[in-house]
Amino acid sequence: MADEQTPTPAPEPPPEGASTPPVVEGSAAPAPPAKAESAETAPAERSATAKPAGDAADKPAKKAKPEKKKKKKGLPEKELVLVGSSSPHVVSDETIPRIMYAVCIALAPAILVGIYCFGLQAVKVLLLTAAACIATEAGLQRLMGRKITVIDGSALVTGLLLAMTLPPSAPWWICTIGGMLAIGVGKQLFGGLAHNPFNPALISRVILLISWPVELTTWMKPGQGFANLGVDVVTAATPLGLMKEELIQKGSIHVVSQFHLMDGLFGLNQLGSLGETSVIALLVGGIFLFYRGYITWHIPVGYVTAVGAVAALFWGIDPSRFAPPAYHLMTGGLFLGAIYMATDMVTCPVTNRGMLIFGIGCGILTYFIRTFGSYPEGVSFAIVIINGAVPLIERWVRPRTYGHNLSAAS
Amino acid sequence: MGLFSNLLTFRGGIHPPTCKERTNHGRIEVAPPPSRVIIPVAQHIGAPADVVVKKKEKVKRGQVIAAAKGFVSAPIHASISGTVKEVGPAYSATGQRVECVTIESDGEDAWLEGLLTDRPDYMELPPEELREIIHNAGIVGLGGATFPSHVKLAPPAEKPIHTVILNGVECEPYLTADHLLMLERGEEVVAGLRLIMRVVGAKEGVIGIEANKPDAIRHLKELTKGDPNIRVATLQVKYPQGGEKQLIYAVTKKEVPSGGLPMDLGIVMNNVGTAVAMFRACRYGEPLTERVTTVTGAGIVTPRNFLTRIGTPFGELTELCGGFNGAMGTVINGGPMMGIAVPSLDVPVIKGTSGILVLAKEELPPREYEPCIRCGMCVRGCPVQLVPSALSDYGETRMLDELEGYNIFDCIECGSCSYVCPSKRPIVQFIRYGKREILAERQKQRDRQAAREAMAKTAEVAA
Ligand code: SF4
Ligand code: SF4
Repeated sequence: MADEQTPTPAPEPPPEGASTPPVVEGSAAPAPPAKAESAETAPAERSATAKPAGDAADKPAKKAKPEKKKKKKGLPEKELVLVGSSSPHVVSDETIPRIMYAVCIALAPAILVGIYCFGLQAVKVLLLTAAACIATEAGLQRLMGRKITVIDGSALVTGLLLAMTLPPSAPWWICTIGGMLAIGVGKQLFGGLAHNPFNPALISRVILLISWPVELTTWMKPGQGFANLGVDVVTAATPLGLMKEELIQKGSIHVVSQFHLMDGLFGLNQLGSLGETSVIALLVGGIFLFYRGYITWHIPVGYVTAVGAVAALFWGIDPSRFAPPAYHLMTGGLFLGAIYMATDMVTCPVTNRGMLIFGIGCGILTYFIRTFGSYPEGVSFAIVIINGAVPLIERWVRPRTYGHNLSAAS
Repeated sequence: MGLFSNLLTFRGGIHPPTCKERTNHGRIEVAPPPSRVIIPVAQHIGAPADVVVKKKEKVKRGQVIAAAKGFVSAPIHASISGTVKEVGPAYSATGQRVECVTIESDGEDAWLEGLLTDRPDYMELPPEELREIIHNAGIVGLGGATFPSHVKLAPPAEKPIHTVILNGVECEPYLTADHLLMLERGEEVVAGLRLIMRVVGAKEGVIGIEANKPDAIRHLKELTKGDPNIRVATLQVKYPQGGEKQLIYAVTKKEVPSGGLPMDLGIVMNNVGTAVAMFRACRYGEPLTERVTTVTGAGIVTPRNFLTRIGTPFGELTELCGGFNGAMGTVINGGPMMGIAVPSLDVPVIKGTSGILVLAKEELPPREYEPCIRCGMCVRGCPVQLVPSALSDYGETRMLDELEGYNIFDCIECGSCSYVCPSKRPIVQFIRYGKREILAERQKQRDRQAAREAMAKTAEVAA
């Protein structure tokens, strides 16, 4: 059956002119142009009308063409109208919107924990950021004359992810600017979905962090969000922030001894970004995405393991200056980053081995930024930097094709 | 999902709905001999056969109407008795216009005299003679590959064959012809396997069947009980489990080297239907004039499995199934993953027609597609571990060197990548385009080289 296709069927592709690629839409054009048209003008690779097909009916102007074709090929007049097609003739019902909305569902548990902890404040940040992303996407696509694809859910995902990395006490303008940066700079600047090399939400977060460090590192304590909306937020430092302060001021760390593992797991009593505090809630969503086949284990496991391993190494060297692995794993945005940010399809490698290397790279870099960099948190920077290395990883790490390199096989 | 399944399988693969429920029970029905058959002379891989009959000539069933041309070729036989009405180009089920012989029935359906023989002792014949019988019977791979069978059965001396694998996987959705064949003609399947083992001198025989055909597995296990050399291998339900390389890996955990053949591993693989045809040729002297095919799909009123003559127009079989129910869009020769859309209902059943599938227009892939979002699903689904996303991108932009670097020629065009792609990218079409372009480019280079040499020679002569 392997060579079933060898006799290439005549009504199939033949691209007119040997050097014309089968599709008119060049990938150089940053935006997907109106698809309906390109499908018409393309040498109709997929569903070439082998006969005067009903397919063309919705485009009356084009009807004349297939008629001519028919004469040329000398097909008998009488019988039914068959639609041409090229194998495979069926496809799965997987679509981009389906994936994006599944990610939203996966994020729900962590979002609910965030709302439970930070109340209306969290709702405000989530709504504002998501709305800013969606509005920017729609506005820019319209402005640039691209196909409006805002309902595909990808802008919503970006908005939710960005909101989850923001402090719950973030003012409204941070949310709005953040959303605009994520879609404008992180995504549409590069040509829209599928063309952006960096995770849009993280690009935005990094810019915000550099531009407004105070707003981005002011944290509110859980449990007060329902009472006071935006005013008099009692602030404190996150576990990672505390650790860094102590290390700088005293040269050693004590805060780890006050840290409770359970806080990190359930995230109900921990300071941090809106959606990063509950490891359990993040895991639940991650398992859902894994089950649906949208993520594999390679990035999250590689990422978390690398952070744990490097942390264990340094902790083993000097426990008075370096925090234990559990502290690193349970604090900051590690799980949010490892399960939802680093696995962003567009900006991570496509091969399993590539993803593993990518995850491990993110993990090592995260640890070093956290411990030796000037910011307490390293996940965003690490992922964005390793995003930049993806083309390199793709170039060098390729799967071993069946029947190749057989000595390396077993 | 088979995640923890311990059944045999390959790496990669996908899980399309099997859609076999409507036809995987009941019996294979014998379709009445048609009043007219259209028999293409190119029904196999290799050189088309040479027509040896003339218009108005009377022919009998089983008579050679086109003779094999060369070693990698197969003769073509009349599948009914009657008069040759026409010899000329017509559309075949491969969608190509090829030389065809049209025969109009005389209603007698008589075999050529002296053709059928009774050879109960066929297993005593020397392998060369059996191979000759198989060649003369026009037998080719009936799973769809249509490679002339006698070629597979003639491995060079330096490549001894130790294992014969019969392919009863039938992983293409919708198709059930092989399934019912194994149920109804299990004895002939096993006899065919023993025959092939004898011809190639193999010690071991394996029949590979997907786990969704438990009745066929049970039946063949029953029939081969007590034969220590033959076993039935149950395979995980996954597409393309029945791909030659995939099945070999699943059964033996060995890989056919890239560009090589199963015989490099000491393996010969044949479809179960082919095995039955070989048995009937050797035992009864029957040439290949009929095959089992599934007529099915959303557009068909009552899907059925038929034993039908080669050359029967598709339209006659769909008629026998009660015709179309309005949902018809595309008619496919074969299954939905690798089959070929035919241009008209006049095309005939050929040796490789494992099914006639009628899909509604709504079931076809959408024409529009999005850019690759790099989800990696095609990479995980590819049964030969290629990077289809890269192949489709480089195909789209015609970067031929990159395509070769990504092993484009190892692609078996199984369609798994296009099937799973959420962006609905026509990946396989991009790959086919890329392959064609690379081959054309190579040809151009060769031509240029030849021209240069010719010029140099003339210059030399002149000097
Ligand atoms: S069609 Fe080719 S590239 Fe696509 S999955 Fe099959 S073998 Fe892989
Ligand atoms: S399945 Fe489609 S979108 Fe996903 S990586 Fe492959 S080509 Fe790209």
